[in-house]
This record gives sequence, C-alpha cells and structure tokens, in this order.
Amino acid sequence: MLQTNETIKKLADKFGRKEESLLPILENVYEQKHIISEDDMVDIARELDISAAKVYGTATFYSFLETKKCGKYVIRICKTITCMMHGKNQIIKELEELLKVNLGETTPDGLFTLKETNCLGQCHKGPAMLINDAPFTELTPGKVRDIVNKYRQEEKQVAS
Amino acid sequence: MNKSLKRLDLIFKNEHDADVILEKSLKRSNEELIEDLISSGLKGRGGAGFPTGLKWKLSAEATGKEKYVICNADEGEPGTFKDREILSSVPHKVMAGMAICARIIGSQKGYIYLRGEYKFLVPQLNKTIDEFHELLDKLNLDFRIEIFLGCGAYICGEETSLFESMEGHRGEPRNKPPFPTDAGYKGGPTVINNVETLAHTYSIFKYGPEKFKDLGVKDSRGSKVFSVSGDTPTPGIYELEFGMTLQKFVDDFGDGDAKAVQVGGAAGFCVPRKKFDKTVIGYKGKLTGVSLPTGGSMMIFNSSRSMYNVLHNYLDFFVEESCGQCTPCRVGTQQLLLGIEAVKRGDKSSLYLEQLLSLAETMRITAKCGLGQSVANSFSSIVENFREEMIY
Ligand SMILES: Cc1cc2nc3c(=O)[nH]c(=O)nc-3n(C[C@H](O)[C@H](O)[C@H](O)COP(=O)(O)O)c2cc1C
Ligand code: SF4
Ligand code: FES
Repeated sequence: MLQTNETIKKLADKFGRKEESLLPILENVYEQKHIISEDDMVDIARELDISAAKVYGTATFYSFLETKKCGKYVIRICKTITCMMHGKNQIIKELEELLKVNLGETTPDGLFTLKETNCLGQCHKGPAMLINDAPFTELTPGKVRDIVNKYRQEEKQVAS
Repeated sequence: MNKSLKRLDLIFKNEHDADVILEKSLKRSNEELIEDLISSGLKGRGGAGFPTGLKWKLSAEATGKEKYVICNADEGEPGTFKDREILSSVPHKVMAGMAICARIIGSQKGYIYLRGEYKFLVPQLNKTIDEFHELLDKLNLDFRIEIFLGCGAYICGEETSLFESMEGHRGEPRNKPPFPTDAGYKGGPTVINNVETLAHTYSIFKYGPEKFKDLGVKDSRGSKVFSVSGDTPTPGIYELEFGMTLQKFVDDFGDGDAKAVQVGGAAGFCVPRKKFDKTVIGYKGKLTGVSLPTGGSMMIFNSSRSMYNVLHNYLDFFVEESCGQCTPCRVGTQQLLLGIEAVKRGDKSSLYLEQLLSLAETMRITAKCGLGQSVANSFSSIVENFREEMIY
C-alpha cells in the first residue's frame, strides 16, 4: 500500500515541485528527522518527478546532508589550520570524554553526534565549533563543558 | 609597535543611505553606471579578480532567457571570514549593489548563496531582505532577493558548481565556456559576484569612481578586506589598501616571529620570511616583485609551526573537498597527501618530492576547475621554500 509521506509532501508544497527545490527539501528533511533515509529519498523523487538515484546522488554529495542517523545536536568542530594551531585537538579530547563517544559517533541517548568539519569562517576566534546552526568560538575545555551542560539541562527541562 | 598601514573604513562604515544611493543610481543610465564601474578599476574580491564592470556589461549585452544576479556568500576558503562580517553588519550595501546590477542587466531575480555554516545569519538577513523589498517597491524596481542555503561543500563556492547545486545537482563544476555571463543559473545570463565586490559597487556609486581609484596601485585599485588569523596578536578583519608589501603587513600584524604567511587560503601561496619585502599584495599585474591575488585570507605562521603540518592540513582539506569529478584532482590530491607522508616517514627518498612537484604542476594544467588547478599553489610554495621541514 502506498502511504503518503506528509513531511515530504508539505515540503514539496512549500518549495515547489521542481528540481531546484531538491537541496532545500533535503536540508529541511534532515533538520526535522536528523537523517535523510532512503525511503524519504524515494518519496522526494516521486514528489519532484525525478529519479531516486538522482536524489541519492545529490544527498550524498553534501557534508551537511546526513544519510545516517545523527543525534538531535550535531557538534562539528573545525579541524582546519588555524583552529588546529589554536588547540582543536584538546577540544575534541574534552568532548570525547564529556560525551563518552569518539569522533563520528552518536551518544546512546541520541542527543549528540560528534564530528569534525572544515573551516567554519571563524578562524580569528578559533578553536570554533557549530552545534547544529549555532557557532561557538574561542573554545577552551572549560567553556566546552559549560556549553554541553547547558544543552543537557535544557533537554532535561523539555523532558520534564 | 608602530602601526604603519593605513586602516580604511569604506566597507564597514554604517551608512544608512542605501535608499538614497539606490534612488540616485537608478535615475542614471545603465551606460553611465557601467562606465563608473569600469573606470573605477574594481575587480572581483572572490579570488579570481575579474573586472566587475566588464562582467556586468557582458551580462547586460547577453540576450536570452531570464537573467539572474547572484551574491556568492559561500566563503569556504580556509582563513576567510570577511563576507560573514559584511553580511552581518552592512547587508544593505550588498543588496543595493545587487539591485543596481539587476536594473542594468535586466534581471528580476537575485539570490544570496549562503554557506550552510552561516545558517545562523538567516533570520536577520531575511528581515533585511523584507525591508529591502519594501524599498524596491517604493522605487518601482521589479527585483526580488532570496537566500539559497548551501549544505557544507567548499567546491560550491566555484561559480558553476554553485549553479549546479542551486539546480538540485551534485556540486560538480561545469566546463567553461560558456561563462556565467552568457549561460549561468538555469542557463540564463548570470552575474555572480562575491559579497565584498557587491559592497564595493555601492561605495563606487555613492562616492564616484575617482575616490575608489585613488586607493591602491595600478591594476589593483581600491581597498580590500583582509581576514587575518594564525600567529598574530590581533586576529580579525581589516580593510587595507592594495599594494602593501608583505613585510609591512607582517610588521603590523605579526607576533615578531613570523616565518611564513599563507596568502589567499589553502588555494593560495605560502611566502617565506626572506621574500616578505619583495611580495606585494594585489592582483597579478605590472607590480614590481611578486604580486599575489587574494580573496583576503592571510594566515601567519611563526617559527614554532611545522610547515609539514600546515601542508598536511591543506592537503587533507583538498582531498575531502575535491568534488571527485576529474581524475587529476581526485587522485592527485590523494597521492600528494600519501606522498608527503611517505617522505616524512622515510619510506620514500627526498627526491620523491620532485615527482610530487611535477604531479602538482600536471594538476594545474589538467584539472577541470580552480580547486584542482590551485592545489599546486600551496603545495609548490611550501615544498620549495620549506624542503627540510618536509623531510626531517
Ligand atoms: C574552489 C573554488 C572556490 C571558490 N569559492 C568562492 C567563495 O567562497 N566565494 C566567492 O566569492 N568566490 C569563490 N570562488 C570564485 C568564484 O568562482 C567566482 O569567481 C566569484 O564568485 C566571482 O565573483 P567576483 O568576481 O566578485 O570575485 C571560488 C572559486 C573556486 C575555484
Ligand atoms: S578539479 Fe577537483 S573540484 Fe574541480 S572538477 Fe576536478 S575533481 Fe572537481
Ligand atoms: S580554521 Fe577553524 S574556523 Fe577557519
């Protein structure tokens, strides 16, 4: 039985059923679901009347479009030169200890995914990272602990 | 320390007169406006340095389908962060530039291609766009601007890759020609300019081309916004005049121990200390000594830094960001990285560096786009100037 995929349909309504809408649709699917699943790719292809292979090809090209399940918050630490010079390795070590995961992994509670990324355009304030869309700069291990704690506390509040 | 370089304030000065400048400019003829741009000598600030007036003229003359004005805010070059600052603090200047361009070439639709890493700017930018649209309505200009959000791919800053990505494809650069001015986004004649370039057009239309031309040196007119990072006590964004020597720059911004400056990001050149005073910052032209085009990224390294680590970091970046479409770049970047690792480990003799240098030169000639072509810039300049550091 063919079920309609409401998320995709709404996005296609919003952005229009044309190829130019593919990136915005993918970006929004990811934002809502923290993954772009193969099922969703097929549904997007159907809505836009393009091939599923095309959707797959585009989705897998872009580093911010994740086709594996990510945590609610994706932490991306800049690993490019000036952030490296200013101690990004120390920041990563701190985060790995705090979250008890390695780079590339997601915490068991599904809250955080830890990743590296290339230059974030904050080089004068390195080390820098993004948590989803929000930039954090001039990081120190202490600052990172505070930031992660803040996110955790907010989650607890939402949950209770 | 004696600060010898003159700081300028053309770009970031917050002038609340985009409406006045726009209205004034729209009353002038397209020919006059283009003439102003051409005589100002403004060249693109995104790295390639194409004359902006000529670009607009070519698009204006192009016939065909719908035309587009695109602001390139993909700013992915390592060590560059000026466009983010321009879009946060003086977005109306950029939009005024886009609107004037639209009137000249006959476009109704503009886009700001904003890198995904800058998504946090979207709410504020959209607010400015809404206000700007009201202004356009008042001035009876049929033009609309929209943000298109990138998704984390450096290559999408390359103009044809950017169009591909907006059209819903993988960000793989196209062959040129055709050039964007003839066939860009969706095949329509397109002006694509860097954020800073567009902000400069506003200043030129406001103050006239003479004032702009008074700044800088032959072939490199006007001011330039530099992103300064690395080993410097004063990292940040600075508007300076073209034509300074690297020595002057380092005297101002270095920590007293600078051994090299990377000009133009990972795709740019590494200049060692002994060449600081012979290197002039500007576009390629008839400057004395070596001149270097730059998107404005200036990374300073002091003597505590290993240039091997620097090069390794750049190559890592290129391996990841190569779109993989053409073999010289896809395979070449990986082989360069493996190659310097092998030399460092001692698995290959130092003579192997010569082979790697010639591979990099081959990439310059055979790669399809600017990414693969410019890997040799940093590779050769670092390997040739810091050979010992690659080996020991
Ligand atoms: C790999 C690569 C990345 C680029 N990234 C950018 C960028 O982030 N921003 C930019 O304005 N131009 C970038 N460019 C240059 C653009 O292709 C294009 O020349 C520029 O946007 C034109 O604008 P301008 O004439 O105002 O400089 C890049 C070029 C290459 C080859
Ligand atoms: S040079 Fe590199 S980035 Fe450019 S088209 Fe070839 S593979 Fe892609
Ligand atoms: S090098 Fe990390 S933000 Fe640019």
